[in-house]
Amino acid sequence: MSSLAETKAAVVEEFSMFDEWLDKYEYLIELGKSLEVFPVELKTDDRLIKGCQSRVWLDTRVQDGILRFRADSDAIITKGIISLLIRVYDGRSAAEIAADNFDFVEKIGLRENLSPTRANGLNSMIETIRKEAERNV
Amino acid sequence: MDIHQIRSQFPQLGEKVYGRQLVYLDNAATSLRPVQVVEKWDEMSLRHNSNLHRAVHKTAVDATEEYESTRAAVAAFIGAAEPAEIIFTSGTTQSCNLLASCLENGGFFREGDEILICGSEHHSNIVPWQMVAGRKGLKIKVLPVDDRGEIRISELPALLSGRTRLCAVAQVSNVLGIINPIPEIARICHANGTLLFVDGAQGIPHLATDVRQLGCDFYAFSGHKMYAAPGTGILYGRRELLEAFPPYMGGGEMIESVSWEKTTYAPIPRRFEAGTQNISGVPTLRPAMEMCKLLESREISAGSDKIRTFLLDFFASRPDITLYGNPADPARKLPIFSITVEGAHHEDLALILDKMGIATRSGQMCAEPLMDRFGVTGMLRASFAPYNTMEEAVYFTECLQKAIDMLK
Repeated sequence: MSSLAETKAAVVEEFSMFDEWLDKYEYLIELGKSLEVFPVELKTDDRLIKGCQSRVWLDTRVQDGILRFRADSDAIITKGIISLLIRVYDGRSAAEIAADNFDFVEKIGLRENLSPTRANGLNSMIETIRKEAERNV
Repeated sequence: MDIHQIRSQFPQLGEKVYGRQLVYLDNAATSLRPVQVVEKWDEMSLRHNSNLHRAVHKTAVDATEEYESTRAAVAAFIGAAEPAEIIFTSGTTQSCNLLASCLENGGFFREGDEILICGSEHHSNIVPWQMVAGRKGLKIKVLPVDDRGEIRISELPALLSGRTRLCAVAQVSNVLGIINPIPEIARICHANGTLLFVDGAQGIPHLATDVRQLGCDFYAFSGHKMYAAPGTGILYGRRELLEAFPPYMGGGEMIESVSWEKTTYAPIPRRFEAGTQNISGVPTLRPAMEMCKLLESREISAGSDKIRTFLLDFFASRPDITLYGNPADPARKLPIFSITVEGAHHEDLALILDKMGIATRSGQMCAEPLMDRFGVTGMLRASFAPYNTMEEAVYFTECLQKAIDMLK
């Protein structure tokens, strides 16, 4: 498994290939479509992330201090963003995630291009992942 | 004036976003502002800035004159009997809250009374009434809309009882864009002794409105949706009703005299205008109302009608698109189009359209009960103003198609 820093760098590198935001969306849509199927019985209110315009469910499991994330959304671009977050943070230790600064989100321009709209609740997703990590350190 | 001359007065129409020409289709949220409005704000801020009513100096007199002459112009614009029936507020939401508060504190409601609210209302015309209902033990009843989004007017008489004190309904829903049959609702309500409050926030930018022809007792609207400065709004009420109201907030200009023993209050409308008013913003309502009148011209409204027909036809031709607010008589439809697309989430559509330069709105549009009524979590809304063009409407449909293709 690549290190956290390597995975983040790889994501930033992939996004830098697209000049146009529409192409980045196209990529996020593809990622969203290929996200692992989320069991419907996990779509419960306590897994809903608040502050998103679309519904986003995040399920967290802890195995020996390692966090495993699964998630879903009814909006596909949001699902693509989640899939990025999962790719970067799934399978890492709570301590490593809690200590991270989530800077790749800025580097690929996600925050400035998505967050001001309040639409996808990017901050809420990040905060939820961070809190889950802090809780399990 | 033709559409291009009109458009040149709204500089933001020339803005670019992400290197693309901005196509602004979020007018139901807030309209763009013409230079005349901004110039008036500038003039009031840079040349006539003074507080109102009290001071004797020249600039205070000028500022007061601007403010009070705007009140008279608003009264004339909506057909009120006199300027005193016009209360300045910060917007429709404050107008609703002011009305709810004054009715409550004026002893208008007794426990067990009822308020009838239309099922397609904006939260601002729901929540203030729910708050009063909670405090006073009132019952909220809902006047339903049918699958087309039209008010089920035939059910209105049966929904009214001897305890129904007030009916609250929008002239035009911010989601459905249907012109509601206010005169008919007014007639039925008044025959029952029920007062009628009309939320005109979406109606006033599109419809020449006369409150006495509508037959409503109260009418509210916002400046910022009709080209004026944000933070301006109006509550109209018939004099005999307003005169029975207690003050809304205390302080500033709303008093007649203040003593430790007994404070008395100013006559209407100043009784409701406590504190320093929006002295730069209110006068912008005058150039804004002039713009509304300009946009009522035959040429401009013919253009708007063509856009409406084009989009109604486009949505009707698409089995994958559901349009909410589709009246049997298309003449009752304003160019506010809220849709859902099979297999494409409204938020995804809005995000992609944004990157193509098109400003739309997605989500619940401050009308959650209406979303529930139609069984959806949200919609995509494209709301046109009279300054929007057919080219923009066509571009919107092309981009919507591209967005749908990307998502499927």
